[in-house]
Amino acid sequence: MRTWRQIGLAALAVTTLSGPLQAADIVIGIRSEPSSIDPYFHNLGPNNAMLGHIFDRLNDWTPKMDKMFGRAASSWKAINDTTWEFKLKKGIKFHDGSDLTADDVLFSYDRAANYTGGNSSFRTYTKGKTLKKIDDYTIHIMTEKPYPLMPNDTTTVMIMSSEAKGTGGKNKGISAKDFNNGTAAIGSGPYKFVEWKKGDRIVLEKFDGYKGPVAQPWDKITFKFIKSEPARVAALMAGDVDAIDNVPTSDVERLKKNPKISLSSGVSNRVIYLHMDQFRDSSPFVTTKDGKPMNKNPLKNPKVRKALSMMINRKAIVERVMEGIAIPAGQLLPEGFFGRSGKMQAEKFDPKGAKKLLKEAGWGDGFGLTIHGPNDRYINDAKICEAIGQMLSAQGIPTKVVTMPKNVFFKRASKGAEGGLPEFSFVLVGWGSGTGEPSSPLKSLLATHDKSKGMGASNRGRHSDPRVNKVLNEALATVDDSKRGALLAKATEIAIGENTGIIPLHYQVNTWATRKGLKFDPRADERTTGYDYTPVK
Amino acid sequence: MSVFIIRRLMQSALVVVIMSFIVFSGVFLVGDPVEILVSDDADQEEREMMIKSMGLDKPFLVQYGIFISKAIRGDLGDSFVFQEPALLLILDRMPATMELAVVALLIAIVFGIPLGVWAGLKPESLASKSIMTGSILGFSLPTFWVGIMMILLFAVVLGWLPSTGRGDVQIILGMPISVFSWDGFSHVLMPAVNLALFKLSMVIRLARAGTREVMHQDYIKFARAKGLKEQRIILVHVLKNILIPVVTVLGLEFGGLVAFSVVTETVFAWPGMGKLLIDSIGLLDRPIIVAYLMIIVFLFVLINLLVDICYSILDPRVRLQDIKS
Repeated sequence: MRTWRQIGLAALAVTTLSGPLQAADIVIGIRSEPSSIDPYFHNLGPNNAMLGHIFDRLNDWTPKMDKMFGRAASSWKAINDTTWEFKLKKGIKFHDGSDLTADDVLFSYDRAANYTGGNSSFRTYTKGKTLKKIDDYTIHIMTEKPYPLMPNDTTTVMIMSSEAKGTGGKNKGISAKDFNNGTAAIGSGPYKFVEWKKGDRIVLEKFDGYKGPVAQPWDKITFKFIKSEPARVAALMAGDVDAIDNVPTSDVERLKKNPKISLSSGVSNRVIYLHMDQFRDSSPFVTTKDGKPMNKNPLKNPKVRKALSMMINRKAIVERVMEGIAIPAGQLLPEGFFGRSGKMQAEKFDPKGAKKLLKEAGWGDGFGLTIHGPNDRYINDAKICEAIGQMLSAQGIPTKVVTMPKNVFFKRASKGAEGGLPEFSFVLVGWGSGTGEPSSPLKSLLATHDKSKGMGASNRGRHSDPRVNKVLNEALATVDDSKRGALLAKATEIAIGENTGIIPLHYQVNTWATRKGLKFDPRADERTTGYDYTPVK
Repeated sequence: MSVFIIRRLMQSALVVVIMSFIVFSGVFLVGDPVEILVSDDADQEEREMMIKSMGLDKPFLVQYGIFISKAIRGDLGDSFVFQEPALLLILDRMPATMELAVVALLIAIVFGIPLGVWAGLKPESLASKSIMTGSILGFSLPTFWVGIMMILLFAVVLGWLPSTGRGDVQIILGMPISVFSWDGFSHVLMPAVNLALFKLSMVIRLARAGTREVMHQDYIKFARAKGLKEQRIILVHVLKNILIPVVTVLGLEFGGLVAFSVVTETVFAWPGMGKLLIDSIGLLDRPIIVAYLMIIVFLFVLINLLVDICYSILDPRVRLQDIKS
């Protein structure tokens, strides 16, 4: 009797283990379609998210961006001030069966660095760096100056096969089109490219030869592009897709109550903040209280800037406008990221203190302002502008609110005025730090605008303080992690804490939704990646 | 006749050129595609390289001149976003839109004419009144809202039809077509009905008005007097006569159906030309916007030309006027 039962159990175990595993497919409805399969064509979120399935990078981030892990690299270290050594993992196969070696890495970095055409390249990460092959699995990267962010930069450039064949022309004879139709789309990532129907879907298939650290929970991943927000939510509720990204905040409450749906939210590396005109004596949208132009610009006074920051009730914005889905911000990156200042908290709502500060600055009577913002770029962007307009108006700074579509807004905000200068005086924008630490926003938003040095490229208020530049430059040349972290924190403390060069509002929190039975590990880099969805057991 | 056609063609060419200038300068004034496409991390040098590679560093008129000189040779430029020929990108999406438009048109005709005739024959009946009220709704409800409501009802609540996207495509006579499989048909049904609603209401109204007018004509009375069956009177004599205005209007409206299915395509994530246009406007992809509108102008000009030619064949007075002038 017992033996029979044992045999029965054994048979049952064998059938459940050896039976053909159910093919696991997932269909994900995403908002943004990538613009190319060519990994160096467009350095942009949707592209980087999609192509990370197909191509490996030397390093990559965990979803929370708190840890870097090697994808093609097995180890890396600085061997002197200006040389980094990267060891490659052995036995990585490309989708065509060939081996990934140092030659492929050199080929890839070369193609990325010299890419012509395309919409913004990866040169930001390859500039001033020389790659040298030591042996098939060892590479040295030489930098001009000590460059601590080298490992961070290797989380960006993807590695393609040097044997990929194209139809000729520039970019090593391989055009974006050769990638888009699949012939050159040969990576070593966990998923193979199957097809891209423009405007409709991208299909990926599990690569059986993959042995790397990225999970392969699915045999087939289909990304459907559903731009319209209600349609995306409806597609999930109807069961046409298994998961969606960018759930609108207004739908979150309703979806939470739906027993067939699970949500996952995670704070992103994106801070929403305000720029203030600090370079013109007569700023076009800073006026007297009754709207007449002025030849004095109060925003140049750090006390006035601080007072404006104190007039904004961040908690109310998060609770009312963002429906609780955001985190009030006091600096450039949320908790958990490298190089943050431990001292800085989100500015407290303090109208009395603000009035006192204004009086001290000689602007006790207030002045008029106009806030400009996009209305289709960040989560609830237009509503945030309206809320700020009301808060400032209530505290004696009558503020007009003007929002516009992003395709009109960004040109005017960056170079709408004569001479290619920013047009507005007070703007709402956001910044996601791709390198996972504050040097990128400090460099672009708060360092003095200087074309020759490539600093302050998005400094739309033209905040400028030599102390910030000095500390930042020192940080950028400090290889020691803890020292660099302290310097970055110091630069942030001066630029935002002392100067209020920008007014941070909140860190954006992104929400993904799946049908019950699945879960998504929310990504701080706002990427929607198929391999971060897993079935719940 | 040939003089007439040649003159019309020249007028049409002029319309296309003027249109291209308006669109080109319009998009130029609105914003800067580099600001939309560029990565946040890019420095000033990178931005300038992009501006240069897109040819946006040149003065506006030079940019337009380059565009025109290429356009004459049939090259409408490369899309800023995808950097593939704009014309090919649009033509690639055209079958999906055409399919949607044709199905919508069929729905409008197949349901619109019988309902309209019914409403015209029995104007006082409850059914007719409901049909007419329904047609007012069809006219006045915004497509976007109706689309979302349809998705909620048929896809989310009832689960009968897929909510978005296009079904499996088969190659039929060299064209990628999806309607002949159940999967494809179930996908096209909702967007097509959504797109057809407005046209359906129009056909109902045209058919009803036509029927009411025709019913009082002498030849109907004569047919009745002759003792013809009611069925034959309606199917042959009435229907034939009301079809003329319906066909004329639908012919012209078909252009609009193809060109401006933007809203429906966006709501249902239908991978057609309209979705491409609206995405391109969002990204300021000027070559696609300009090429798209030029194709549409061409389409309209062509339809108008065909209508004009038909008129001049049908009505000699049009031709005579033309010769005199």
